[in-house]
Amino acid sequence: MKSYLFKSLALVAALTLTPRGYADDTVKVGVLHSLSGTMAISETSLRDVLLYAFDEINTAGGIKVGDKSYKIEPVVVDGASNWPLFAEKAKQLLEVDKVAVTFGCWTSVSRKSVLPVFEQDKGLLFYPVQYEGEELSKNIFYTAEAVNQQATPAVDYMLKQGKKKFYLIGTDYVYPQTTDLILYKYLLLHGIPAENIGGGFRKDDSGKVISAGKYVPFGHTDFQQIVADIKQFAASGDACVLNTVNGDSNVPLFKEIAAAGLTAADCPVVSFSLAEDELRALPTKDLVGELGCWTYFMSLNTPANKMFLKSWNTWVKSQDHPGVVKEKRVVDSPMVLSYDGVYLWKAAVEKAGSFDVDKVTAALESGDISFEGPGGLITMQKNHHATKNVYIGETKANGQFKILETFPQVYGEPFLLKDLDAKLTAATK
Amino acid sequence: MQRKSSNLEIWVVLAVALFVIIVFPSLNAFTADGSWLHVSNFTITLYGKYLCYAMLAISVDLLWGYTGLLSLGQALFFSLGGYMMGMYLMRMIGDLGQYHQPIPDFLVFLGWSTLPTFWKPFASFPFALLTAVLLPGVLSGIFGYLAFRSRIRGVYFAILTQALTYAACLLFFRNSLLLGGNNGFTDFKFILGYDIREASTKRGLFIATGIALLLVYLLCKWLTKTKFGKVQRAIRDSENRVMFSGYSTANFKLFIFVLASLIASLAGVLYVPQVGIINPSEMSPDKSLEAVVWVSVGGRGTLIGPIIGAFAVNGMKSWATRSYPDMWLLLLGTMFILVTVFMPKGIVGLPAQLQGVYQKFTAKKMKAEPVSVTPDAAVQPVKPE
Repeated sequence: MKSYLFKSLALVAALTLTPRGYADDTVKVGVLHSLSGTMAISETSLRDVLLYAFDEINTAGGIKVGDKSYKIEPVVVDGASNWPLFAEKAKQLLEVDKVAVTFGCWTSVSRKSVLPVFEQDKGLLFYPVQYEGEELSKNIFYTAEAVNQQATPAVDYMLKQGKKKFYLIGTDYVYPQTTDLILYKYLLLHGIPAENIGGGFRKDDSGKVISAGKYVPFGHTDFQQIVADIKQFAASGDACVLNTVNGDSNVPLFKEIAAAGLTAADCPVVSFSLAEDELRALPTKDLVGELGCWTYFMSLNTPANKMFLKSWNTWVKSQDHPGVVKEKRVVDSPMVLSYDGVYLWKAAVEKAGSFDVDKVTAALESGDISFEGPGGLITMQKNHHATKNVYIGETKANGQFKILETFPQVYGEPFLLKDLDAKLTAATK
Repeated sequence: MQRKSSNLEIWVVLAVALFVIIVFPSLNAFTADGSWLHVSNFTITLYGKYLCYAMLAISVDLLWGYTGLLSLGQALFFSLGGYMMGMYLMRMIGDLGQYHQPIPDFLVFLGWSTLPTFWKPFASFPFALLTAVLLPGVLSGIFGYLAFRSRIRGVYFAILTQALTYAACLLFFRNSLLLGGNNGFTDFKFILGYDIREASTKRGLFIATGIALLLVYLLCKWLTKTKFGKVQRAIRDSENRVMFSGYSTANFKLFIFVLASLIASLAGVLYVPQVGIINPSEMSPDKSLEAVVWVSVGGRGTLIGPIIGAFAVNGMKSWATRSYPDMWLLLLGTMFILVTVFMPKGIVGLPAQLQGVYQKFTAKKMKAEPVSVTPDAAVQPVKPE
């Protein structure tokens, strides 16, 4: 055992001491996701789709820089749903493995914990999961949906459907809190009075609203009171629910909604954290007719998507990488945005003619880098967010979505609060 | 015999500590990047983190190994120290955050425009340190007083401490507590006027942590050698007898519980600036359990054991999450099972265990050749340690 210990310590030391660089014709690329712990259920799929993208690029000849081709050599690490470990692994990828780019993170807290590392070590991170915005690091590119590419288009759609009352409910953390605050202001601006926004408010000493909506802790299971409240709120027949509840809590929430007799016809629920992957674990019969809003749906009927799904399925079946599940796989927005990120990076590297972070960043910021992905055209913007299509879908019993509406080429805007505040003050004057 | 080996241990620890505190940072500062002697910044921060974990492990062992109190709440005190330090570091960011406002970013996006009152004094480093002592100290004092007065022990104590840290974890998740909710604190910039991202600052923190760990070790070593330490172990072995001998065991336990909470808090204070993040998941019960695992792997009831255990397990984890990202949990799990089944005294107990096996083996051999040996030596049992 002792020698085991020394061996492991020696290995750690060896890993930390070995000098690295780019090998002759390969380029190291980091994959930083949780493969164990609470987030593994979502993040493992992203690891898989990234490996798929790398394989696809390598088979097609690799990345062309100048007159040389580089094959991608993935460095996969496990963040283990442990946020300090995420920071440690990010540091390892950048300082020890010296990766050219990293694709990773799911939760905002993991992104926040690696952000200082990427800024300090001048790294490059592609982040693929819908988030609250209000952040812009020069070392991160967000292929993720910004709030105006998911929540506000959903509100636009509901307004168009004639809904006049909006109930906000979410898990108590930064994504729902920020999104709901933005939605509250957005609704006010669109002529919805505060009394038609349900879930309650919290105000600071000066009476300014600092938090809107109803919040439950992580893993909350008792929704009886809240659903009764929603039922009363929705009695007028022109209400809907905007749901930012995360993870397992959605099971009791939708069961309670079904039990209370609230149907999608009376009071539809638009969920922002439920994609195809999550629906596999939910009682979809309770969710039929409820809505979702993402920049990709697996049911998209385009040639690009069909080709992608076909080739992905073949790849998954043929995989012998440990941990890649082969049965009953679905594809959802975070996966496609991860995949898009790889191709956007590849295009930028080829344009810049270098793997150098500054040069690649400049290329990505130029606005000329785009990719025809499974969800449609995606273009990187100067502000590190991406222009892409936004879709509203209706849940079907088989866990897929029927697409109801498309908002083509929506510009990704991370900072909405300030702008909304300014518009609101202008409107009241 | 006992004293000699114990003295030897102190000398070895002092030598290693000297190496860690002086040679390691020097190799980082004075050798060129790429030289085989060079210790990278990454290694410095990584080992700095392990040093903090070692301190946390000592606090667990002081309770579990020496007093027989299995506390699953040490992660709470660790995080409280970390949070107090984090609040100071958040204040030091000043207006360099995303929003360029004089208050922490998460308060801005929770809609605050001025600093809540309880945040104000944390701009002072001494104040933050004071709260890092007082808050865990008072909390463990009250909790310990109530628990020990009611003679809660064994598994019930473990469950209660676990519930305590879980409750705190849920509380800190709430955004309305104004301590950053789920995200906690991150993106620190300065500590005591030094740029926290500079290699020299990291070296400084590493050295400070090394010295703190050494002092904690020496303090505990001294404490366990005094009469107090004897009572402590007597409580572990038979609390009722100690009580009947006229000692107030509750007071003894309370003292050691508070002391352990302060050590854990100190570890947290040093952990946060090196790791760069503190959030409520650090106080979830499984973090406390992890610390218990380090102690049992290293060897409970010794002071060197927790340090070795913390380094071994975390070193393994750092290495395996990179080399075997899909299998590392299995590797670690197998190691824990092997240690629990075959090495009840952990890594530090291994030499004695091997010696025991060897003696048994030779004794058997001697038995087989009865001519060459006196009966006395053949039946002599393995010497108890």
